[in-house]
Amino acid sequence: MIKINKRASLPKRKEMMIQALAVLLSLVFAGLVILAMGYNPLEVYYRIVEGSVGTIIRIQQTINKAVPLIIVSMGILVAFKMKFWNIGGEGQIMMGAFGATLVALNLPESVPTPIMLLAMAVMATLCGAIWAFIPAFFKAKFGTNETIFTLMMNYIAIKFVTYMQFGPWKDPSFGGFPKVASFHDNAIMPSLFGLHIGWIIALFAVAGVYIFIHHTKRGYEISVVGESLDTARYAGMNIKAIIITAMLVSGGLCGLAGMIQASAIEKTLTYTISAGYGFTAIITAWLGRLSAPVVGVVCFLFAMLLQGSSFLQASMAIPASVADMIQGVILFFVLGSDFFLQYKVVLKDKKAVKEVA
Amino acid sequence: MQTISIQMENITKTFGALKANEDVNLTVYAGEIHALLGENGAGKSTLMNMLSGIYMPDSGFIYVEGKPVNFTSPKESIELGIGMIHQHFKLVDILTAKENILLGQKKKAGQNDKNLAKEIKDLSDRYGLDLDLNKKVYQMSVGEKQTLEIIKVLYRGARILVLDEPTAVLTPQEIKKLFRIMRNMKEHGCAIVIITHKLNEVMEISDRITVLRKGKSIATVVTKEVEVPSLIEMMVGKKVDLEIDRLPGPGLGESLVVDELTVMDMEGKLALDNISFALKGGEILGVAGVAKSGQKELCEAIAGLIPAAKGRIFFQGDNILGKNPRDIIRLGIRMGFIPEDRLGMGLVGSMDIVHNIVLKDYQNQPGIFLKRGPCIEKANRIVETLDIMTPNVYTPVKKLSGGNIQKVLLGREIDSNPKVLITAYPVRGLDVGASYKIYELLNEQKQAGVGVLFIGEDLDVLMDLCDRVMVLCNGKVTGIVDPTQVTKEEIGLMMTGSALEKEEPSDKNQ
Repeated sequence: MIKINKRASLPKRKEMMIQALAVLLSLVFAGLVILAMGYNPLEVYYRIVEGSVGTIIRIQQTINKAVPLIIVSMGILVAFKMKFWNIGGEGQIMMGAFGATLVALNLPESVPTPIMLLAMAVMATLCGAIWAFIPAFFKAKFGTNETIFTLMMNYIAIKFVTYMQFGPWKDPSFGGFPKVASFHDNAIMPSLFGLHIGWIIALFAVAGVYIFIHHTKRGYEISVVGESLDTARYAGMNIKAIIITAMLVSGGLCGLAGMIQASAIEKTLTYTISAGYGFTAIITAWLGRLSAPVVGVVCFLFAMLLQGSSFLQASMAIPASVADMIQGVILFFVLGSDFFLQYKVVLKDKKAVKEVA
Repeated sequence: MQTISIQMENITKTFGALKANEDVNLTVYAGEIHALLGENGAGKSTLMNMLSGIYMPDSGFIYVEGKPVNFTSPKESIELGIGMIHQHFKLVDILTAKENILLGQKKKAGQNDKNLAKEIKDLSDRYGLDLDLNKKVYQMSVGEKQTLEIIKVLYRGARILVLDEPTAVLTPQEIKKLFRIMRNMKEHGCAIVIITHKLNEVMEISDRITVLRKGKSIATVVTKEVEVPSLIEMMVGKKVDLEIDRLPGPGLGESLVVDELTVMDMEGKLALDNISFALKGGEILGVAGVAKSGQKELCEAIAGLIPAAKGRIFFQGDNILGKNPRDIIRLGIRMGFIPEDRLGMGLVGSMDIVHNIVLKDYQNQPGIFLKRGPCIEKANRIVETLDIMTPNVYTPVKKLSGGNIQKVLLGREIDSNPKVLITAYPVRGLDVGASYKIYELLNEQKQAGVGVLFIGEDLDVLMDLCDRVMVLCNGKVTGIVDPTQVTKEEIGLMMTGSALEKEEPSDKNQ
């Protein structure tokens, strides 16, 4: 007979052990699937690591993937801290990239790079923030469901950018090929240590969000609203303003990530520029338990997985969607382990029960 | 020799690290009313939940009418004739009494509306129950709902009845009626277990008493042979002075004046209907009334949390109605509302004591950054002066015991030197010692000149502690009385809507 009891409390060390076990189990489970596909899971895992951090260039590519993921995750984290389920990261990235492109295509080539980049960043942040403001406003004012709302905003953004790419912004010099004109050199991010400077922005984002949540009044208010709306109301907090600022920060960060992708990676605008980071960030923010530094580390590990998988495709002809599968399995196990953090399962054999009864 | 109805032997039940029951013994005879007495958290409900098959004991034996049983579900317990009446009724609001009785029951052979009505009527007549079977539950008073619950379990063949705090929500008149029903059932050979912590009721209704303390059964005594003070000693484990003092107040002028206040609840129904009263500085004004008579709306309207349809609230001469909660807090009006789940309003469970103190403090800090320093100091001071049991001020408040959680809440409000303190159910769920500590704190505030609005559940406490008692019924004030001049029964009548002649003329239409 199985009995399920609620746990009183759990030492931190045991909690971490359970979670580590969950990750391990997920790797074993994913390994079985890989085995069923006819590959050696150990080799596949080794190749993922090799492919993501094996050489300097691969490390650089991994970091390039980690940068947008980290910035977007920080944005998602701020919203989630308030229990505002912003799953509109994709759309906010997209609109950020759009804002950056709007500036890049319209300012003359003679504008100095720092000013150009700053203008692009400001515009991108603004566009991302506006895209997040719309659902936040309706949530604050009318209590609409933010999950559906932010999700739908994604599709509007994607279709809008697609329209721009195939329509008004289509560059005739590509001979009918639907592509937005490439940015001039002054709209492209410079490099530092062989990497575009986005990584510095990512580090600042982690530190900034950490300070925002833990050391500012607004951050404190966001945590209180997330924990108990009644208590926030009772303490005299202006809940509408809190919801809206949190979402402005959230969407602004996502927009900024969009600008980095447009400027440093694509060097133009495409309708695939968000590349799923807005959704992956939901996973990383959650796995990192909404703690900025931990989420940062989780993002790097996820970037390794992404980079390693594309290497797999090249070197072993295994589809890169293996990475998606592993992500899903990890999420399933780690979220599932939450149950074991809160409850204890006791196995009792039936005979013993009969005796006590 | 009496027949033994229930016997529970050496029952132990643990939840995580908590020993809810440890070697508990209980014997209940047929035809007796047995009181299970103990403070909150003594393990009374846990024990009864094992009898009704909701929990399974870790070890120990349960016998029902001599036969050992091993319940794995409430259904098995019901089949053996055990009926549990929970504190929170388990009724379907939109169904009628009859539908609730039949819910989940197999149709008996040849059953139709007519003989069902007769069957229930026979049952009701036998025990002196009185209920309109076609009335919908949402139209019923609390007393009627309880009667329905009793009929429901009797119809299912209960011979052993467990009542969990049945009087908590009833008026004195309804309590009398319930006791009459219980005595009738006893005459018919039913065994009744009543869980309560109200001593006067225990003395009035029970034949024998089993006292639980900290999960252990301390003693079983015959009611006639025992005195109240020794029962308290058994419950608490030490001698306690159970006198609530009504200390003289400084006698200041009117501090908060509520004038013709009308408030709608969330469904747009009238929650407060044109009520007027004045709270003086240095007095404790009690608010009595059956649950949901408008107490919550009154608190929230004063604190600025909900809008009013009509009326004015004057504080020191200014109308504060329409101001936002933050401004009202700044004026020195503080509210401590203890909801049923304790943490719902006023505290953030997962945050530590310091951050819960910050809650009311941070808005007065300049700049955008949060300063914890002064709040850590304040937290330490509150923990020390109110004797809050906690490892340190960085412990999440949800890990503290109920009494300590309430002390944190009240301590924070008091520490801000309020001018008006609104406190709703501050002793809800507290043990005797902690409750008295809270009464002391309220008395201290009163003597310091604070106007205290005390919304309470226990009429005895309201009458002992408060300078005046205002009675609410369906959102109307049925009277403001001097508790030394009226009886509990009179207040009880006012709670059900009859205005009282003895009302102080000076408090009318203020």
